[in-house]
Amino acid sequence: MSDVLAVAEHRRGELRDVSLELLTAGADLAAEAGGDLHVAVVSGPVEEFAEDLNREGVDAVHTVAHGDDYNHDVLVQAVAGLVDDLDPAYVLAPNSVNGLDSAPALAQRLDAPLVTDAVGLAVEEDEGDLVVTRELHGGKTEGTLAVDGTPAVVTIRPAEWPAAEGNGDADVSAADVAIDEDGVRTAVTGYQEVAGGEVDISEAEVLVSVGRGIEEEENLDIIEDLADALDATISASRPIVDNGWLPKDRQVGQSGKVVTPEVYIAIGISGAVQHVAGMKGADTIVAINTDPNAPIYDIADFGIEDDLFDVVPALTEQFS
Amino acid sequence: MKILVTVSEVSSVDEEFEVDGLDVDERYLSYDLNEWDDYAVEEAVQYAEEHGEDEVEVVTVTVGPERADQTIRQALAKGADRAIRVWGDALADATVLDPRTKAQILAAVASDEDPDLVLSGVQTGDDSWGATGVTLAAELDFGWAAVVNALEVDDAETTASVHRELEGGLEELTDVDLPAVCTIQTGINEPRYASLRGIRQAQNKPLDEQTLADLGLEAGDLVMPLELTDLYEPESEGDATIWEGSAEDTAADLAELLREKGVGA
Repeated sequence: MSDVLAVAEHRRGELRDVSLELLTAGADLAAEAGGDLHVAVVSGPVEEFAEDLNREGVDAVHTVAHGDDYNHDVLVQAVAGLVDDLDPAYVLAPNSVNGLDSAPALAQRLDAPLVTDAVGLAVEEDEGDLVVTRELHGGKTEGTLAVDGTPAVVTIRPAEWPAAEGNGDADVSAADVAIDEDGVRTAVTGYQEVAGGEVDISEAEVLVSVGRGIEEEENLDIIEDLADALDATISASRPIVDNGWLPKDRQVGQSGKVVTPEVYIAIGISGAVQHVAGMKGADTIVAINTDPNAPIYDIADFGIEDDLFDVVPALTEQFS
Repeated sequence: MKILVTVSEVSSVDEEFEVDGLDVDERYLSYDLNEWDDYAVEEAVQYAEEHGEDEVEVVTVTVGPERADQTIRQALAKGADRAIRVWGDALADATVLDPRTKAQILAAVASDEDPDLVLSGVQTGDDSWGATGVTLAAELDFGWAAVVNALEVDDAETTASVHRELEGGLEELTDVDLPAVCTIQTGINEPRYASLRGIRQAQNKPLDEQTLADLGLEAGDLVMPLELTDLYEPESEGDATIWEGSAEDTAADLAELLREKGVGA
């Protein structure tokens, strides 16, 4: 059999969007491999989740009710138990913070191969091996990996596959897996939101966003001058916030804020996938970056492949 | 208390480059200490400074070729006490060094070293597997916490209380029993620059080179489940309008667009 087991992700009582994308990737792979798509959902209101996960292409949903929220020790035990029962050829999980907190441990426990951050999945015709496409060299290259062994554990990049739609007629059942409490060595004690500041960048119509290309903290002056001239709000990519040059509430991206301004001017930002996740919904994206191969140009509408230290003051001048 | 820090040398690719077979042509690659590991080293060194450097030993471990010694010396110059580097022909010949293979080797070192805490960068900047630390924890049967941006160890050194950085500005507060592996996120601290004194001292700190055989591993023992079969430069998906000319010209083009959209008016 060449079944697929997809491991859904949720947080504080809500399924995460990537879980529905996972169903699409899983259904495509199951169709190509000639197997069924099984979905596992562990912890939280699993019956509610199962109803929402029962979409087109899903053959079975297996629920494991244990605890209110994600705990990696519980998840790994539960999914390993399901793998023993179902013997899938492929296990898919999201390439999210919690996907990467659990899938590697699952692969090790199953003595299974692991590929993370997949952007493409295919089944090789002759041997039936899984072939996974992923980026390498910081996104400068892409490669294909032949995966030897089953079940292959793969985490898929968020927003690469569309969300599954429609209603399925999957069998929903409570899985018969036992959780060994002695194997639970982590305790989630709470959650904390990153404190908001005086400015909410997600409400801004025009964002002047600055990245690593600015090089030094004192160079932020030219960004401030531009933002003043345009009556725009300043935001930043991760390295600027990591360096403490701007507060955390200015960070755009996966671990920061999702912004949807009318105009987003990305200055010295390469456009790593984590950053793009936070700003791809902007109406008009302008990139100022010397590197013509920078991934920011994949999503930009307009670009200036020139030195920001020349372009930014010249732009400010235009509005003075 | 012994803290083992995994340290990787990562490559960065020049703006213009060529692919040669299954790798980027060496002429276009440069190497440095992985950014995430820089934060992991800093976290360990700060812990040692706070708790007494006689009480805490910080050991780094690297899977990499001799070239990586330069990177390892950086970690020693920033305050790690000693370093171990593992390499072997089987690794040099592999098309890809995947997290399971890497974790298997790191686990062999960790079994010898018997650390209380292992710190590992969340991911490497080049291949971004993001999985080696957690795989290592599972291999060692340690607890773990991934994507940690705040770390406190209790006085008895039995539990680590961490903040895990989830998506969307949310942090999960988690307690994990020691020994454990924590994968360290950028921004958790401010990594220091190595002082001249640190750089000098690093030259005299032990850097122990080990082969797979030294660790009791035969080439055939390595899991190595992945094979890179093709590598290429992805086609740009972009259709951006690129303005050409001097900075003054391109700034004027952009200003015109912004004015059309009512910006800065």
